[in-house]
Amino acid sequence: MRSIKDYFKGLFLGIKSLLFGLSVTWKELWTKKVTAQYPENRETLVISDRFRAELVMPHDENNEHACTACGICEMNCPNGTIKVISRMTETEDGKKKKELDRYVYDLGMCTFCNLCVITCPSDAIKFTNNFENAVFNRSKLVQQLNKEGSKLRAKAPKAAPAASKPEVV
Amino acid sequence: MLQNYSQPFEFTNLTKWIDTALNANLPAFWALVIELLLVGIALLAIYALTAMILIYVERKITAFFQARIGPNRVGKYGIFQTVADVLKILLKEIIHINRVDKFLFFAAPFFMIVASVLTFGAIPFGQSLHAVDFNIGAFYVTAVSSLGIIGVLLAGWSSNNKYSMIGAMRSGAQFVSYELSAGFALMTMVVLTGTMQFSEMIETQRYCWNIFNGHISSLVAFSIYLISGHAETNRGPFDLPEAESELTAGYHTEYSGLQFGFYYLAEYLNMFIIAGIAATVFLGGWMPLQVNGWDAFNQLMWYIPSYLWFTGKVFLLIFFSLWVRWSFPRLRIDQLLNLEWKYLLPINLVNILVMVLLVLAGWTLNDLF
Repeated sequence: MRSIKDYFKGLFLGIKSLLFGLSVTWKELWTKKVTAQYPENRETLVISDRFRAELVMPHDENNEHACTACGICEMNCPNGTIKVISRMTETEDGKKKKELDRYVYDLGMCTFCNLCVITCPSDAIKFTNNFENAVFNRSKLVQQLNKEGSKLRAKAPKAAPAASKPEVV
Repeated sequence: MLQNYSQPFEFTNLTKWIDTALNANLPAFWALVIELLLVGIALLAIYALTAMILIYVERKITAFFQARIGPNRVGKYGIFQTVADVLKILLKEIIHINRVDKFLFFAAPFFMIVASVLTFGAIPFGQSLHAVDFNIGAFYVTAVSSLGIIGVLLAGWSSNNKYSMIGAMRSGAQFVSYELSAGFALMTMVVLTGTMQFSEMIETQRYCWNIFNGHISSLVAFSIYLISGHAETNRGPFDLPEAESELTAGYHTEYSGLQFGFYYLAEYLNMFIIAGIAATVFLGGWMPLQVNGWDAFNQLMWYIPSYLWFTGKVFLLIFFSLWVRWSFPRLRIDQLLNLEWKYLLPINLVNILVMVLLVLAGWTLNDLF
């Protein structure tokens, strides 16, 4: 007798639960669609600030960057993506000084691990959100990050970010 | 069969014109041959077209259930997506698998497609749009649609692949079990209408659809028919013959190109056929909504052509099938067989008795009012 009761109880509970499931999906049918229509929504596209798409070296309005050509980023890069090519120059008071000649970054080899940005002592490089990096030729992925004729920024403005560096790491 | 084209409505004018034109210019035999050919070509064309529309509709509705947009790049709202897909599948290479049973492997998709086309012909699409109208229509449909399982089993056996074999065996167990329920559900309605011929079934539903006419018993039969229809077509929560996480693609794992296309086509058409039979048997088929005595209203309803009524009802049922498909998780094989043998079959057997009592006691809606 009990088993008969259980049979019908199970049957009707099952039907009830199925109908509840149908009602859930019915509501879901009318929810707002979440598909992002990518090429059309370029203007409204929101990409997380933490997204790492492309390495850049910010230059200010005087065409100056913060890279001292120390080569720490190159040493830390696990894939050999970065080549820091420096040259020796002589300052006015006769001291010899290393200066950035070309900062070569191969986007095709980069795994976007962010180690270069973390270890940079002068915050000279950062990752941006510009993710549309497709090109037709692999050689176009090799970029020079420092602009033509740019030079190292004077020491004073650079001190502040350098001091704040340890807490970021 | 051809006398169906002599009824005065809708497509009837066209078919009648063709009939008279052919008979005027040709001997009766050749007129008949040409008419049969025309009907066959029309059926095949509708068959392919329906599959394409169904695939598009399915992809769109599926997307809506998952808060997506679905295909939207090929043409406005992606309406040409399936055309592109069909062209792609036609152009794909048919890969020849080593060490399969070549003949059976080649023959299996044809069993599938032939079974589904044979059933497709027996569906009444509209007034006078009914190619095969046997007096044992319901029985014919049940018998012919179950031929498809031979294709599935042959595919699984001849593929020389464990996944295919397991998938085919699951499909076989599932099909044999649920065919029983579907047959009994149809039988319940045969008891109610007193005929197996689809055209007569539709005629008896002129003022009161079977689903209302037999009230409790009809509703139960309708639900059981839909459930077992889902299971027979390997869709919805019953798609475990093709459970991709366990069996890659089940019985059609080894098929490629057009041969795979046949299975794909047959699957969608079987969904349509199940919905079409359910609409015909339970929801009045192509018969417009009519109320006894309301002549103006009836006339208004007749302005909507019968094939649109049929399509509307069928798509309602297909929508329901998709709704179910995206609501419920896939069953295990033991749950699947439990559902059939411990629930649907006993309920069905009681239900058919209840229907007999209803009819004998005169408690159907048609008798009461």
